[in-house]
This record gives sequence, structure tokens and C-alpha cells, in this order.
Amino acid sequence: MTAAANSADIAWNNQHLPPGAEQDAVIKGITGELAGKGFIVANIDKVVNWARTGSLWPMTFGLACCAVEMIHAYMPRYDLDRFGIIPRSSPRQSDVMIVAGTLTNKMAPALRTVYDQMPEPRWVISMGSCANGGGYYHYSYSVVRGCDRIVPVDVYVPGCPPTAEALVYGIMQLQKKIRRTGTVLRG
Amino acid sequence: MADETEIQEEIPAAPVDEVLEALKALPGVTEANRQLDEVVLRAERARAHALLKTLRDEFAFQQVMDICGVDYPERSPRFELVYNLLSVTRNQRVRVLLNTDDATPVESASDIWPCAVWWEREVWDLFGISFTGLGDHRRILSDYGFEGHPLRKDFPLTGYVEVHYDEDRKTVVYDKVKLTQEFRNFDFLSPWEGMTLLPGDEKVNRSRS
Repeated sequence: MTAAANSADIAWNNQHLPPGAEQDAVIKGITGELAGKGFIVANIDKVVNWARTGSLWPMTFGLACCAVEMIHAYMPRYDLDRFGIIPRSSPRQSDVMIVAGTLTNKMAPALRTVYDQMPEPRWVISMGSCANGGGYYHYSYSVVRGCDRIVPVDVYVPGCPPTAEALVYGIMQLQKKIRRTGTVLRG
Repeated sequence: MADETEIQEEIPAAPVDEVLEALKALPGVTEANRQLDEVVLRAERARAHALLKTLRDEFAFQQVMDICGVDYPERSPRFELVYNLLSVTRNQRVRVLLNTDDATPVESASDIWPCAVWWEREVWDLFGISFTGLGDHRRILSDYGFEGHPLRKDFPLTGYVEVHYDEDRKTVVYDKVKLTQEFRNFDFLSPWEGMTLLPGDEKVNRSRS
């Protein structure tokens, strides 16, 4: 199968059918199939990607003022819960780490340890100027010039600090990336 | 109007000048003056500890808000140590200054105010001023195994080391600072504010005068 054919097959969460007769027909079809045979057939990659993007549990790594914007994104106005995103306080339960704030030299080994404790597959969102490249503290003696020196980063969210919308957009970009590249096979 | 003056009279705080007069005579005070309704005392290093104890016990300065260092590279005892004290019962503040260098340790105030341990650890960490009688003489803010005292004026802004993750050794390692772009100092001279004569405008001024 070619890559182009693959991408056409991918199930997109945002391409759902609007409520109506057409949606009812699909649901009826699936429930009918379940009732008749007791199982349904689906593409495993599609199902896995749907599950992964639908429950991205982030390891909250709030290091500085960016953490406040991250908290705003969790709170009812932007409500990341509707994406299935629930902040975890344990790396063992998380899928994605949001590095929100200034990463110092002293914190770097701790950040790497937390990243290493996360189970595969795992992703990293670098939030804000400081995490992206040192930002305001780029020339400081105590700050890491970008958290990508410590962990591999998937999505960079620019801003100082980025707005909660920007973080939500970054998370959606990560979901897109997972849909594009995600596979059950180990890379 | 009458009510307002009554309220003002009820405030029990002693006028700052009275406090200043009382503190001036204390042993160890070399200089005392008043800045913005606060008393500033300059103290001898050897007698500062006794002075601070007197300020707590007899003048009700129950809290030490801050102990910090200042680096004056041009001065002969290079550092200045600043104690900011607060009396919550009398609503007064006093600042005690003393001069010191990095060779001679200062007597720790941690037996007077237990919280001074953290402040003195911070001063030690950032300036390298050491204290006698300080139970816990570790760094408090800088990285583990950090070398140097970063708030000294001769410490370079970018420091000497930086960290990155080493894929082979599977750990975060230190190496020498390597900047991709040198640090730049901007003078913030704006053509709208800093320059009085714009290039090409010389003739305009000549015809005006």
C-alpha cells in the first residue's frame, strides 16, 4: 500500500457526520452488524490512532508562567477534557509531556527522568519561548537553551507565554501528527 | 476634619526619628541615617551579630525579611551585606548594612532568626560570602556541583557550562558553553528619542539659526 493510499484511509475525528438521517444510517449499520454477528471489522491502525488522539493524557510539566496558560487550557473555557485530555501527575500514565516554562540546568536531569519513565508511544510539546530555545534566558548561565537538547520535541508552541488557544492548537497539531505517522508497529 | 485628626493620633507607631535616635547610640553602629521613613544603620562586621540580637530583643524586630549581598568590585572590602528587619508589633523597618570580603566569614544570624539559614545559604551561593555558625552551609539555588558565584560582577552572564542529553551515555551531561550567536548589547538609541540631529538634516538646522 502506498503512503498516499494510506493517508486517504485514515479516520479523521474532525470529519464526523452531522446529526441527521445520514449519521443515523451509519450508526444503525454498525449496531446492526454488532447485533447480527457480534463483532465489527475495522482497520486496526485507524482504531489505534482514534484511541491515541482521543485520549492524550499529558504529563503536566509546569515550570514557569506558561503553566498558568496551560491551566487555562484545562479550565472550563477551553476545556481540554472534551478532547479526552486529562492532566496526569504520574509519568507512568501519560502519553504526552507539555514542557511549559523555563527549563534550568538543575531541572534538566529530572525532566529527562520523567520522560524516560513515560511509556511508549510518547510525545513532547514544547510550550513557550523558554522551552523552545531558552527565550528571554537564552544567555543565562543556568538555563537550557531549548528543551530539545534534553528530550525529542514533536510540537513547538511559540509565544511568551502562548495563549491557551495556542496550546490547544498545538495539541490539535500533535493529534494531526499522530494520525499521519501513528502505527501499531514499533519503529 | 476633626474625626480625621483623631484617627491619626490613635496610630501608636513611634516617629521614625525617635527610633533613629535610639538606634544611633547602639554599640557597633558606625553610621545611622534615615531614608524614606526607614532607618538605615551601618555596622561594624565584628559587632554586627550582637547588634542584630539587640535589635530583636530590645527593639522588637521579630522578623528578618531579607539578607542579601551586594558586589562593589571597586571597593576594598568588596561586598556589602544587607539585613532588612521588620517589627510587626511596632510597624517599623530597619536596614543594617555591613562591609565584608570573600575571605573573612561573617557571624551567622541563624541563631537569632532561624529563617536566616536560607538567606545566608543564598548569599553564599550567589556571592560566596561565608558564615560562621551556619549549620547548613550548602548552595540553595544553583545546580548541584555548580562552580562559581553567579551574582558576582566578574561572573560571565552565560557562565561556563551548559547541558545536553547524551544518547550514548543515556544521561544529561555538561560541556563547555558554545553559543551559536554571541550576546549582543543594544544601546536602545532610537532615532525618535536619542538622536537630536538626523542624518541629512544638517542644512535645516543651519537655516533655522
